[in-house]
Amino acid sequence: MDFKGSDTVPGPRTADHLPHTAQAAVKIVIVGGFGVGKTTMVGSVSEIRPLTTEETMTQAGVGVDDNYGSETKTATTVAMDFGRISITDQLVLYLFGTPGQERFWFLWNGLFEGALGAVVLIDTRRLEVSFDVMGRLEERGVPFVVAVNSFPDGPRYPLEELRAALDLAPNIPIVECDARRRASSRDVLMTLMHFLHSLHTTGALT
Amino acid sequence: MTPPRRRRREPRERAAPEPPKPRHGDGADPAQGTTRNPERLYVLTGAVDGERANLDLVTLIVTRGDPPPATSPEQTALLRLCAAPLSVAELSAYLELPFSVVTVLLTELLTAELVQARAPIVRQALPDRSLLEAVMHGLQRL
Ligand SMILES: Nc1nc2c(ncn2[C@@H]2O[C@H](COP(=O)(O)OP(=O)(O)O)[C@@H](O)[C@H]2O)c(=O)[nH]1
Ligand SMILES: [Mg+2]
Repeated sequence: MDFKGSDTVPGPRTADHLPHTAQAAVKIVIVGGFGVGKTTMVGSVSEIRPLTTEETMTQAGVGVDDNYGSETKTATTVAMDFGRISITDQLVLYLFGTPGQERFWFLWNGLFEGALGAVVLIDTRRLEVSFDVMGRLEERGVPFVVAVNSFPDGPRYPLEELRAALDLAPNIPIVECDARRRASSRDVLMTLMHFLHSLHTTGALT
Repeated sequence: MTPPRRRRREPRERAAPEPPKPRHGDGADPAQGTTRNPERLYVLTGAVDGERANLDLVTLIVTRGDPPPATSPEQTALLRLCAAPLSVAELSAYLELPFSVVTVLLTELLTAELVQARAPIVRQALPDRSLLEAVMHGLQRL
Protein backbone atom coordinates (compact mmCIF):
# COMPACT_ATOMS: atom_id res chain seq x y z
CA MET A 1 0.00 0.00 0.00
CA ASP A 2 1.21 3.45 -0.79
CA PHE A 3 -0.10 5.79 1.81
CA LYS A 4 -1.75 8.64 0.00
CA GLY A 5 -0.48 11.41 2.24
CA SER A 6 -2.37 13.64 4.60
CA ASP A 7 -3.70 16.03 1.96
CA THR A 8 -5.37 13.41 -0.18
CA VAL A 9 -7.04 11.31 2.51
CA PRO A 10 -10.77 11.86 2.15
CA GLY A 11 -12.47 12.89 5.33
CA PRO A 12 -16.05 13.48 6.31
CA ARG A 13 -18.00 16.12 4.45
CA THR A 14 -18.35 19.28 6.52
CA ALA A 15 -22.01 18.43 7.03
CA ASP A 16 -20.93 15.10 8.58
CA HIS A 17 -18.69 16.62 11.26
CA LEU A 18 -19.68 15.82 14.82
CA PRO A 19 -20.02 18.85 17.09
CA HIS A 20 -17.14 19.51 19.48
CA THR A 21 -19.54 18.85 22.31
CA ALA A 22 -19.69 15.12 21.35
CA GLN A 23 -18.49 13.42 24.53
CA ALA A 24 -19.26 9.73 24.20
CA ALA A 25 -20.51 7.08 21.85
CA VAL A 26 -22.42 3.83 22.17
CA LYS A 27 -22.73 1.00 19.68
CA ILE A 28 -25.20 -1.61 18.53
CA VAL A 29 -24.20 -4.59 16.41
CA ILE A 30 -26.34 -6.03 13.63
CA VAL A 31 -25.59 -9.69 12.95
CA GLY A 32 -26.87 -12.13 10.39
CA GLY A 33 -25.90 -14.23 7.40
CA PHE A 34 -24.72 -13.02 4.02
CA GLY A 35 -27.37 -11.11 2.10
CA VAL A 36 -29.82 -10.84 4.98
CA GLY A 37 -29.91 -7.03 4.85
CA LYS A 38 -27.36 -5.84 7.42
CA THR A 39 -25.77 -3.21 5.18
CA THR A 40 -29.22 -2.14 4.02
CA MET A 41 -30.35 -1.64 7.61
CA VAL A 42 -27.23 0.33 8.57
CA GLY A 43 -27.64 2.52 5.49
CA SER A 44 -31.35 3.17 5.97
CA VAL A 45 -30.91 4.75 9.41
CA SER A 46 -27.40 6.21 9.21
CA GLU A 47 -26.88 9.97 8.97
CA ILE A 48 -23.61 9.38 7.09
CA ARG A 49 -22.95 7.29 4.02
CA PRO A 50 -22.08 3.86 5.48
CA LEU A 51 -18.35 3.38 5.92
CA THR A 52 -16.20 0.27 6.20
CA THR A 53 -13.63 -0.51 8.84
CA GLU A 54 -11.53 -3.63 8.85
CA GLU A 55 -9.34 -5.68 11.08
CA THR A 56 -6.71 -8.28 10.30
CA MET A 57 -7.08 -11.32 12.48
CA THR A 58 -4.04 -13.49 13.05
CA GLN A 59 -4.45 -16.57 15.14
CA ALA A 60 -3.13 -20.09 15.36
CA GLY A 61 -5.48 -23.01 15.08
CA VAL A 62 -8.69 -21.36 13.98
CA GLY A 63 -8.74 -23.40 10.81
CA VAL A 64 -8.81 -20.59 8.31
CA ASP A 65 -8.81 -21.68 4.70
CA ASP A 66 -5.15 -21.32 3.93
CA ASN A 67 -5.22 -20.31 0.32
CA TYR A 68 -2.32 -17.93 0.38
CA GLY A 69 0.69 -19.94 1.39
CA SER A 70 1.70 -23.19 3.03
CA GLU A 71 2.67 -21.83 6.46
CA THR A 72 0.61 -22.58 9.55
CA LYS A 73 -0.15 -18.93 10.20
CA THR A 74 -3.77 -17.99 9.85
CA ALA A 75 -4.79 -14.48 8.93
CA THR A 76 -7.89 -13.00 7.51
CA THR A 77 -9.31 -9.55 7.02
CA VAL A 78 -12.72 -8.90 8.48
CA ALA A 79 -14.53 -5.89 7.07
CA MET A 80 -17.42 -4.27 8.86
CA ASP A 81 -19.95 -1.76 7.55
CA PHE A 82 -21.05 0.90 9.95
CA GLY A 83 -23.20 3.98 10.21
CA ARG A 84 -23.85 6.74 12.70
CA ILE A 85 -26.80 8.43 14.36
CA SER A 86 -26.29 11.57 16.45
CA ILE A 87 -28.47 11.21 19.53
CA THR A 88 -27.73 14.52 21.24
CA ASP A 89 -24.97 17.12 21.04
CA GLN A 90 -23.05 14.92 23.47
CA LEU A 91 -24.00 11.38 22.54
CA VAL A 92 -23.48 9.43 19.29
CA LEU A 93 -24.79 5.98 18.35
CA TYR A 94 -22.83 3.76 15.95
CA LEU A 95 -24.31 0.74 14.20
CA PHE A 96 -22.03 -2.06 13.01
CA GLY A 97 -23.06 -4.67 10.48
CA THR A 98 -20.97 -7.80 10.83
CA PRO A 99 -19.57 -9.59 7.80
CA GLY A 100 -20.25 -13.11 6.60
CA GLN A 101 -17.39 -15.04 8.18
CA GLU A 102 -18.99 -15.38 11.57
CA ARG A 103 -16.23 -17.43 13.14
CA PHE A 104 -14.17 -14.26 13.19
CA TRP A 105 -16.67 -11.86 14.70
CA PHE A 106 -15.87 -12.89 18.23
CA LEU A 107 -12.13 -12.53 17.75
CA TRP A 108 -12.67 -8.83 17.29
CA ASN A 109 -12.06 -7.81 20.87
CA GLY A 110 -14.61 -5.52 22.38
CA LEU A 111 -16.97 -5.47 19.41
CA PHE A 112 -19.74 -7.30 21.22
CA GLU A 113 -18.54 -6.85 24.76
CA GLY A 114 -18.91 -3.11 24.70
CA ALA A 115 -22.09 -3.00 22.63
CA LEU A 116 -25.38 -1.99 24.23
CA GLY A 117 -26.92 -4.96 22.46
CA ALA A 118 -27.38 -6.68 19.14
CA VAL A 119 -30.00 -7.11 16.44
CA VAL A 120 -30.08 -10.61 14.91
CA LEU A 121 -31.43 -10.22 11.38
CA ILE A 122 -32.89 -13.43 10.05
CA ASP A 123 -33.98 -14.54 6.62
CA THR A 124 -36.66 -17.25 6.63
CA ARG A 125 -35.07 -18.83 3.57
CA ARG A 126 -31.97 -19.63 5.62
CA LEU A 127 -32.93 -19.53 9.26
CA GLU A 128 -30.16 -21.86 10.38
CA VAL A 129 -27.32 -19.52 9.37
CA SER A 130 -28.15 -17.40 12.44
CA PHE A 131 -28.24 -20.24 14.96
CA ASP A 132 -24.57 -20.17 15.84
CA VAL A 133 -24.30 -16.43 16.34
CA MET A 134 -27.41 -16.41 18.53
CA GLY A 135 -25.85 -19.08 20.72
CA ARG A 136 -22.65 -17.11 21.00
CA LEU A 137 -24.50 -13.96 22.00
CA GLU A 138 -26.33 -15.96 24.66
CA GLU A 139 -23.08 -17.45 25.96
CA ARG A 140 -21.56 -14.01 26.24
CA GLY A 141 -24.61 -12.46 27.81
CA VAL A 142 -25.05 -9.93 25.00
CA PRO A 143 -28.73 -8.92 24.94
CA PHE A 144 -30.35 -9.17 21.52
CA VAL A 145 -33.66 -8.92 19.68
CA VAL A 146 -34.60 -10.81 16.52
CA ALA A 147 -35.75 -9.02 13.36
CA VAL A 148 -37.25 -11.02 10.52
CA ASN A 149 -36.53 -9.48 7.14
CA SER A 150 -39.37 -10.22 4.76
CA PHE A 151 -38.11 -11.28 1.37
CA PRO A 152 -40.89 -11.87 -1.14
CA ASP A 153 -39.67 -15.36 -2.07
CA GLY A 154 -39.08 -16.49 1.53
CA PRO A 155 -41.41 -18.81 3.45
CA ARG A 156 -43.66 -16.93 5.85
CA TYR A 157 -44.06 -18.34 9.33
CA PRO A 158 -46.12 -16.90 12.16
CA LEU A 159 -43.79 -15.08 14.56
CA GLU A 160 -44.71 -17.45 17.40
CA GLU A 161 -43.67 -20.40 15.26
CA LEU A 162 -40.34 -18.68 14.59
CA ARG A 163 -39.96 -17.92 18.30
CA ALA A 164 -40.41 -21.62 19.05
CA ALA A 165 -38.05 -22.70 16.26
CA LEU A 166 -35.38 -20.27 17.47
CA ASP A 167 -35.98 -21.35 21.10
CA LEU A 168 -36.07 -17.71 22.16
CA ALA A 169 -36.38 -16.92 25.83
CA PRO A 170 -39.93 -15.62 26.42
CA ASN A 171 -38.79 -12.04 27.07
CA ILE A 172 -36.76 -11.68 23.84
CA PRO A 173 -38.66 -9.62 21.25
CA ILE A 174 -39.07 -10.89 17.70
CA VAL A 175 -40.39 -8.47 15.08
CA GLU A 176 -40.84 -8.27 11.33
CA CYS A 177 -39.07 -5.57 9.39
CA ASP A 178 -38.13 -4.22 6.00
CA ALA A 179 -34.52 -3.14 6.29
CA ARG A 180 -34.87 -0.91 3.25
CA ARG A 181 -37.26 1.38 5.09
CA ARG A 182 -35.84 3.84 7.56
CA ALA A 183 -38.93 3.81 9.78
CA SER A 184 -38.95 0.02 9.92
CA SER A 185 -35.24 -0.20 10.77
CA ARG A 186 -35.67 2.55 13.35
CA ASP A 187 -38.50 0.54 14.93
CA VAL A 188 -36.20 -2.50 15.22
CA LEU A 189 -33.61 -0.40 17.04
CA MET A 190 -36.34 1.02 19.23
CA THR A 191 -37.48 -2.52 20.07
CA LEU A 192 -33.93 -3.31 21.16
CA MET A 193 -33.78 -0.18 23.31
CA HIS A 194 -37.10 -0.99 24.99
CA PHE A 195 -35.85 -4.52 25.63
CA LEU A 196 -32.62 -3.19 27.19
CA HIS A 197 -34.67 -0.79 29.25
CA SER A 198 -36.86 -3.64 30.50
CA LEU A 199 -33.76 -5.66 31.47
CA HIS A 200 -32.53 -2.64 33.34
CA THR A 201 -35.74 -2.19 35.27
CA THR A 202 -35.95 -5.90 36.13
CA GLY A 203 -32.36 -5.79 37.35
CA ALA A 204 -31.14 -8.35 34.81
CA LEU A 205 -28.55 -5.93 33.48
CA THR A 206 -25.81 -4.88 35.84
CA MET B 1 -43.49 -26.63 6.10
CA THR B 2 -41.83 -26.18 9.48
CA PRO B 3 -38.73 -24.11 10.11
CA PRO B 4 -35.43 -25.69 11.27
CA ARG B 5 -35.01 -25.71 15.04
CA ARG B 6 -32.36 -24.38 17.36
CA ARG B 7 -31.48 -24.95 21.03
CA ARG B 8 -30.96 -21.96 23.29
CA ARG B 9 -27.54 -21.71 25.02
CA GLU B 10 -26.78 -20.67 28.57
CA PRO B 11 -24.52 -17.75 29.54
CA ARG B 12 -20.97 -18.91 30.16
CA GLU B 13 -19.11 -18.23 33.38
CA ARG B 14 -17.58 -14.78 33.47
CA ALA B 15 -14.18 -16.36 34.06
CA ALA B 16 -14.10 -17.73 30.50
CA PRO B 17 -10.75 -16.98 28.85
CA GLU B 18 -10.51 -13.91 26.67
CA PRO B 19 -10.23 -14.65 22.96
CA PRO B 20 -6.75 -13.98 21.59
CA LYS B 21 -6.01 -10.44 20.54
CA PRO B 22 -5.78 -9.66 16.86
CA ARG B 23 -2.12 -9.17 16.12
CA HIS B 24 -0.11 -7.36 13.57
CA GLY B 25 3.35 -7.18 12.22
CA ASP B 26 4.21 -10.87 12.17
CA GLY B 27 4.54 -10.80 8.40
CA ALA B 28 1.31 -12.66 7.73
CA ASP B 29 -0.46 -11.67 4.55
CA PRO B 30 -3.58 -9.67 5.24
CA ALA B 31 -5.87 -11.81 3.20
CA GLN B 32 -8.66 -11.60 0.75
CA GLY B 33 -8.54 -9.20 -2.05
CA THR B 34 -6.62 -6.40 -0.40
CA THR B 35 -3.49 -5.22 -2.11
CA ARG B 36 -1.86 -4.06 1.08
CA ASN B 37 1.86 -4.47 1.40
CA PRO B 38 2.61 -6.45 4.60
CA GLU B 39 5.98 -4.76 5.05
CA ARG B 40 4.25 -1.44 5.21
CA LEU B 41 1.89 -2.77 7.85
CA TYR B 42 4.91 -3.89 9.82
CA VAL B 43 6.47 -0.45 9.65
CA LEU B 44 3.25 1.20 10.70
CA THR B 45 2.57 -0.97 13.71
CA GLY B 46 6.11 -1.45 14.98
CA ALA B 47 6.58 -4.02 17.73
CA VAL B 48 3.88 -6.67 17.97
CA ASP B 49 3.24 -6.47 21.68
CA GLY B 50 4.04 -2.85 22.32
CA GLU B 51 1.92 -0.83 24.70
CA ARG B 52 -1.36 0.02 23.11
CA ALA B 53 -3.99 2.40 24.39
CA ASN B 54 -7.30 0.77 25.25
CA LEU B 55 -9.30 2.20 22.38
CA ASP B 56 -12.72 1.03 21.26
CA LEU B 57 -14.14 1.23 17.74
CA VAL B 58 -16.33 4.06 19.01
CA THR B 59 -13.84 5.94 21.16
CA LEU B 60 -14.03 9.55 19.93
CA ILE B 61 -10.70 11.18 19.07
CA VAL B 62 -10.11 14.94 19.01
CA THR B 63 -6.94 16.77 18.02
CA ARG B 64 -5.30 18.90 20.72
CA GLY B 65 -2.19 20.24 19.05
CA ASP B 66 -0.39 20.88 15.80
CA PRO B 67 1.77 18.11 14.38
CA PRO B 68 5.47 18.49 15.20
CA PRO B 69 7.71 18.58 12.09
CA ALA B 70 8.67 14.89 12.26
CA THR B 71 5.12 13.53 12.33
CA SER B 72 4.48 10.68 9.88
CA PRO B 73 2.06 11.22 6.98
CA GLU B 74 -0.40 8.79 8.56
CA GLN B 75 -0.36 10.62 11.87
CA THR B 76 -0.55 14.01 10.17
CA ALA B 77 -3.65 12.77 8.40
CA LEU B 78 -5.10 11.57 11.72
CA LEU B 79 -4.52 14.95 13.31
CA ARG B 80 -6.18 16.69 10.38
CA LEU B 81 -9.20 14.36 10.42
CA CYS B 82 -9.71 14.80 14.16
CA ALA B 83 -10.10 18.57 14.06
CA ALA B 84 -13.72 17.63 14.86
CA PRO B 85 -14.37 14.51 16.98
CA LEU B 86 -14.26 11.23 15.01
CA SER B 87 -14.53 7.61 16.13
CA VAL B 88 -11.62 5.22 15.70
CA ALA B 89 -13.86 3.25 13.29
CA GLU B 90 -14.32 6.33 11.09
CA LEU B 91 -10.58 7.04 11.16
CA SER B 92 -9.91 3.46 10.07
CA ALA B 93 -12.42 3.84 7.24
CA TYR B 94 -11.15 7.17 5.93
CA LEU B 95 -7.48 6.18 6.18
CA GLU B 96 -8.21 2.70 4.79
CA LEU B 97 -6.11 1.19 7.55
CA PRO B 98 -7.07 -1.75 9.84
CA PHE B 99 -8.49 -0.86 13.22
CA SER B 100 -5.50 -2.11 15.21
CA VAL B 101 -3.05 -0.21 12.99
CA VAL B 102 -4.98 2.97 13.74
CA THR B 103 -4.94 2.23 17.47
CA VAL B 104 -1.15 1.94 17.39
CA LEU B 105 -0.82 5.24 15.53
CA LEU B 106 -3.21 6.86 17.99
CA THR B 107 -1.37 5.47 21.01
CA GLU B 108 1.68 7.47 19.99
CA LEU B 109 -0.39 10.60 19.45
CA LEU B 110 -2.05 10.12 22.84
CA THR B 111 1.32 9.70 24.52
CA ALA B 112 2.52 12.90 22.85
CA GLU B 113 -0.71 14.59 24.02
CA LEU B 114 -1.51 15.59 20.45
CA VAL B 115 -4.96 14.01 20.63
CA GLN B 116 -7.58 13.45 23.30
CA ALA B 117 -9.66 10.26 23.57
CA ARG B 118 -13.27 10.37 24.75
CA ALA B 119 -14.14 6.92 26.02
CA PRO B 120 -17.30 5.13 24.91
CA ILE B 121 -20.06 4.12 27.27
CA VAL B 122 -19.98 0.33 27.33
CA ARG B 123 -22.67 -2.03 28.47
CA GLN B 124 -20.93 -3.23 31.61
CA ALA B 125 -20.64 0.31 32.88
CA LEU B 126 -24.16 1.34 32.07
CA PRO B 127 -24.74 4.15 34.55
CA ASP B 128 -28.52 4.38 34.64
CA ARG B 129 -31.61 4.28 32.51
CA SER B 130 -31.15 7.86 31.37
CA LEU B 131 -28.65 6.75 28.71
CA LEU B 132 -31.11 4.25 27.24
CA GLU B 133 -33.85 6.86 27.37
CA ALA B 134 -31.64 9.40 25.61
CA VAL B 135 -30.97 6.91 22.80
CA MET B 136 -34.70 6.21 22.52
CA HIS B 137 -35.50 9.90 22.26
CA GLY B 138 -32.82 10.30 19.62
CA LEU B 139 -34.18 7.39 17.57
CA GLN B 140 -37.71 8.75 17.85
CA ARG B 141 -36.61 11.83 15.95
CA LEU B 142 -35.25 9.84 13.01
N1 LIG C 1 -37.37 -7.56 0.11
C1 LIG C 1 -36.40 -7.12 0.89
N2 LIG C 1 -35.13 -7.05 0.40
C2 LIG C 1 -34.14 -6.61 1.22
C3 LIG C 1 -34.39 -6.25 2.55
N3 LIG C 1 -33.22 -5.88 3.14
C4 LIG C 1 -32.29 -6.02 2.19
N4 LIG C 1 -32.82 -6.44 1.02
C5 LIG C 1 -32.07 -6.70 -0.22
O1 LIG C 1 -31.24 -7.82 -0.01
C6 LIG C 1 -29.99 -7.66 -0.66
C7 LIG C 1 -28.84 -7.90 0.31
O2 LIG C 1 -28.85 -6.90 1.31
P1 LIG C 1 -27.52 -6.44 2.08
O3 LIG C 1 -27.90 -5.33 2.99
O4 LIG C 1 -26.40 -6.19 1.13
O5 LIG C 1 -27.17 -7.75 2.92
P2 LIG C 1 -25.93 -8.02 3.92
O6 LIG C 1 -25.05 -9.02 3.23
O7 LIG C 1 -26.55 -8.62 5.14
O8 LIG C 1 -25.23 -6.73 4.20
C8 LIG C 1 -30.00 -6.28 -1.27
O9 LIG C 1 -30.30 -6.40 -2.64
C9 LIG C 1 -31.13 -5.57 -0.55
O10 LIG C 1 -31.75 -4.59 -1.35
C10 LIG C 1 -35.75 -6.33 3.03
O11 LIG C 1 -36.04 -6.02 4.18
N5 LIG C 1 -36.70 -6.78 2.16
MG1 LIG D 1 -23.21 -6.26 3.82
